[in-house]
Amino acid sequence: MTMNIYKHEFKMNLRSVITWSLSVMALIFVYTSLFSSFAKDAELLNDVMAQLPEELLMAFGMTGLDMSTVLGFFSFVFLFTQICLAIQASNYGFSLVSIEERELTADFLLAKPIGRAQILTIKFLAALTSLTITNIVVWISSFTFISIFRDGREYETKPLVLLLLSIVVFQLFFLSVGMVISLLMKRVRSVTPLSMGLAFGMYILSAFGGMLGDSKLELITPFKHFDPNYIIGNSAYDIPLVIISVLVIAVSIIGSYLLYTKRNIPSMV
Amino acid sequence: MSIIEVNNLTKYYGTTRGIVDVSFNVEEGEIYGFIGPNGAGKSTTIRLFCSLIYPTSGSAKIFGKDCIKHGPEIRQEIGYLPSEVFYYEGMKVLNLLKYSASFYKKDCTKRMYELAEIMELDLHRKIDDLSYGNKKKVGIVQGLLHQPKLILLDEPTSGLDPLMQQKFFDLIKGENERGATIFFSSHILGEVQKMCGRVAIIKEGKVIKIEDIKTLQRNNYKKIRVVGHGLEKASFDVAGANKLEQDDGEVRFFFKGDINTITRIISEKEVSDVTIEEPTLEEIFMHYYE
Repeated sequence: MTMNIYKHEFKMNLRSVITWSLSVMALIFVYTSLFSSFAKDAELLNDVMAQLPEELLMAFGMTGLDMSTVLGFFSFVFLFTQICLAIQASNYGFSLVSIEERELTADFLLAKPIGRAQILTIKFLAALTSLTITNIVVWISSFTFISIFRDGREYETKPLVLLLLSIVVFQLFFLSVGMVISLLMKRVRSVTPLSMGLAFGMYILSAFGGMLGDSKLELITPFKHFDPNYIIGNSAYDIPLVIISVLVIAVSIIGSYLLYTKRNIPSMV
Repeated sequence: MSIIEVNNLTKYYGTTRGIVDVSFNVEEGEIYGFIGPNGAGKSTTIRLFCSLIYPTSGSAKIFGKDCIKHGPEIRQEIGYLPSEVFYYEGMKVLNLLKYSASFYKKDCTKRMYELAEIMELDLHRKIDDLSYGNKKKVGIVQGLLHQPKLILLDEPTSGLDPLMQQKFFDLIKGENERGATIFFSSHILGEVQKMCGRVAIIKEGKVIKIEDIKTLQRNNYKKIRVVGHGLEKASFDVAGANKLEQDDGEVRFFFKGDINTITRIISEKEVSDVTIEEPTLEEIFMHYYE
């Protein structure tokens, strides 16, 4: 019975999933294709980077980055990928429930013989499916374009796999945080500024945290929890930070259920 | 059995009043009118029935079951037509109706096509491209296609042309004859009078009167205006007339009672124009506040 909502939700998301997936693919393609020219002048580049102020490098997550290695370079590419994934996941999170209220379809959907908790579950799963498609595209693009453009250089698979495995938690973070924020709001008029705000806000926290050396701010941003530089450099996750991410996700999801099952759906007037 | 049982239902949006201490019962097979001006709390009441919003206090039972606890179960047998039209972006009429039908246990395909034909709805157009009236028709068909036992109508006729309104009323009467109970909210007294057996009148969140439509009409004031040279309001000051006003050869007043009393007085005068009309809803409300 509930497959109908899942299918419907997925269909409504389909165009956006395709657009995002293709964009992320293009982004990975363009950046990785630059690797060989970067790597050629890697010594020069590393010299230039050594001369840049430490703060600037921190802001871009480029400290201790060796651009002459495949993964060193890729961790830089991955940061941009993360920003895209964050915006996409926040978009889905913020609009998950609010789109129905904005377009008055909540009066349609919620008057059907189905409970709120069930609706939220299905919608959440449909959004997660959409994000997973993009996730898979990132995996495929990363492996494919790295193997094409690695310029004959070797790289370790493990850190790369760890990096890509982090995507699912990273996406869940923005999806569930976006969802719970939208439910804390009386009415969400426009999703884009919110999702841009959340995604870039988190990124800037991570960047500024590095710049100021203030580790407290880093605690809440998944850009730090899953810092590509750290994962590549250590071939491991920073486990305490990952646990924070997981906790935030859990709290957001539980909070969303509590809020949504008690929510008064605003009407037009 | 009461199909709807409302007990001291109260809803505040923060500090803003929705409805206050509303109680009434709707019996099986009734066409129950729910009438009041905009902002009186009609939509609030209906949205409480669908658990789109939750009461501040009090309760509502439908089919003898609590609206909130048994929400999904009772909504299996409710058809709801919201006052505002909705659409999913880019969706075709047919797809929306099929989506709507997919929520119900029974097969609704046949009824869906029947209703679309009656309402002259083009199933293959995108909902975004439809006019307000046509979107309203989509709302009507999606609300009725599962042949619900209870139909909740929230200002259903706005945006429909008179011909379509008539078709819609016939449709609703048909559903009622089939055994469905109808809860009909409106701010237009005329259409409620035409359709309903009983009405509840709601004003500023409170039900101020529940009455048989026949009683309401019998008790109802007529609004009378007489134009003629040298008319005096004193000559119309008979039992049952009130709020007499006069200016420049025109007398206006409200009258309740045997209309012949008035026509006799008019027949003795030299008049150039006479109108006798139903008072507007607001005027009836004023009467209830006296």
